[in-house]
Amino acid sequence: MSNTLAHARYVLAENPVTLLAALLFAAFAAMAILGPAIAPFDPLASDTMRALQAPTWRHLFGTDQLGRDILSRVIVAARIDLGIALASVALVFAAGGLAGLAAGFFGGWVDAVVGRVADTIMAFPLFVLAMGIVAALGNTIPNIVLATAIINFPLYARVARAETMTRREAGFVDAARLSGHRDGALVLLQVLPNIMPIMVVQMSLTMGYAILNAAGLSFIGLGVRPPMAEWGIMVAEGAGFIVSGEWWIALFPGATLMLAVFCFNLLGDGLRDIADPRRRT
Amino acid sequence: MTALLELDGVSKRFPIGRRRLFASAPPPQVHAVDDVSLTVAPGETLGLVGESGCGKSTLVRLITRLLDVTRGTISFDRREISDVPARLFARDAARVHIQMVFQDAGESINPRFTAADAIADPLRRLLGLRGAALRARVEEAAEQCGLPRELLGRFPHQLSGGQRARVGIARAIGTRPRLLVLDEPTAALDVSVQVTVLKLLQRLKAELGLSYIFVSHDLNVVRLLCDRVVVMYLGRIVEQGPAQAVFDAPKHPYTRSLIAAVPRLDGMRPDVPRLAGEPRSPVDPDPNACRFHGRCPVGEARCGAAMPALRDFGQGRFAACHLAGEG
Repeated sequence: MSNTLAHARYVLAENPVTLLAALLFAAFAAMAILGPAIAPFDPLASDTMRALQAPTWRHLFGTDQLGRDILSRVIVAARIDLGIALASVALVFAAGGLAGLAAGFFGGWVDAVVGRVADTIMAFPLFVLAMGIVAALGNTIPNIVLATAIINFPLYARVARAETMTRREAGFVDAARLSGHRDGALVLLQVLPNIMPIMVVQMSLTMGYAILNAAGLSFIGLGVRPPMAEWGIMVAEGAGFIVSGEWWIALFPGATLMLAVFCFNLLGDGLRDIADPRRRT
Repeated sequence: MTALLELDGVSKRFPIGRRRLFASAPPPQVHAVDDVSLTVAPGETLGLVGESGCGKSTLVRLITRLLDVTRGTISFDRREISDVPARLFARDAARVHIQMVFQDAGESINPRFTAADAIADPLRRLLGLRGAALRARVEEAAEQCGLPRELLGRFPHQLSGGQRARVGIARAIGTRPRLLVLDEPTAALDVSVQVTVLKLLQRLKAELGLSYIFVSHDLNVVRLLCDRVVVMYLGRIVEQGPAQAVFDAPKHPYTRSLIAAVPRLDGMRPDVPRLAGEPRSPVDPDPNACRFHGRCPVGEARCGAAMPALRDFGQGRFAACHLAGEG
């Protein structure tokens, strides 16, 4: 374990971009966990006397049309946005990863079923599919999580399947059989750990897309409902004011959203280096 | 003497292509192993030779029960083990006793396992060892294979080829098997390491009372290490007998060509014709022709009309050739 930590420190020191991503991630994690505790103002308290104020020292990100502090809202929104993304990534990792693992290892009808399900999902424009699912099931947070997970399913199933197939014939799989492992246990205990590095990278990359997707659904009114602080809603609300010069309402949540996606994409590469034992020297 | 392992008429066929919905004829089949019978006595080393694609690897996978036989029986210690499906064999009592050393030691060790993990895996799984008993057994196996204790914490990519081979051997002997299948154990190693690994295998055999099935391309090694040798061609045994006798006076023309193909310092033997071409297709071969017919330097018309049976020539020697023993 200390070995892994030492290796993580080494990777971070070697790779300043990953270090940057890790710092950004730490900042987002702090925002998500501490949320309301570090927000300078109540994110829901409106103050019409201070509506539409440009950024000042008191309100670093300015205030919106109802006089709510945008910085506070951006901070508090991290929990809901990252929470939705994390839940959907965990869900799709479990479902898509296991389906792909089984498809790649056992082949045959399992492979055929998983492959056709993935093809069917891929046949839709993914964001439209997510819209359809949320519209049909109702725009609650669990449904946003589910929709985000479903549109990412083919990606996980295919990566897991391809990675498993290259290892199905590997000598260590036969060696595990000789060691008394049956196929079910073998797949989970010996093949899965070997495809984890690539799955972790996948998770980090899709984490970015999942945030974007959740915010996108909220932006068009199919996600989280106002007055809850959420980056997508905030951008949507601020979009109307850009024309009249109140740029800060949409810009700060939008930039935060962009940084979050950026952070998880960069983190993906760094995580691969940490997770892959072959990179350990 | 009772045999430790006995194969009787073992065949393995793989259907190729997709089964069509309304096809009248069964799909074509690759005859990977065809009607192979052999025995391995306790303490014996049986060599298995033949060119690539002759069915050696399939036979090895059948013997180690990673594959199910299509026909025939495999008995271990006088108990039939071929009726246990391969996917359930992990729980069979004989699993402990039939172990294998893989060709490419690097690829046969899970990249996420340390050397100690790899050696411990069968001990934990098959013998149920845990904690201190497990650690002691791992260290014992490593020591028997000349693997320094400091290397046990390393991952396979941090080990040299020879060290990986030792990990592979330590893993295979850990459960104290009675039969060890060695699938070209030295093929992936450089020459200087090959000798030490072969010496290690010889020593372990004596110390632990193992029986070996030794698959190799290196006929010189087979001649040195093996008591008996089985020569395969396109899934069938063409010749078997005591190694020294087979190498000194091969009865089957294929064995003759194989031995003649061993590189020698004084060049090719002029009296044995060199084999040209490729073996025939193993897909649905003609059951009424010798598999070697067409490529055989001495073949006659009857070789294309009847499959030669494996005939007993006395002193433990067998050959499947119409012409063997004549002239």
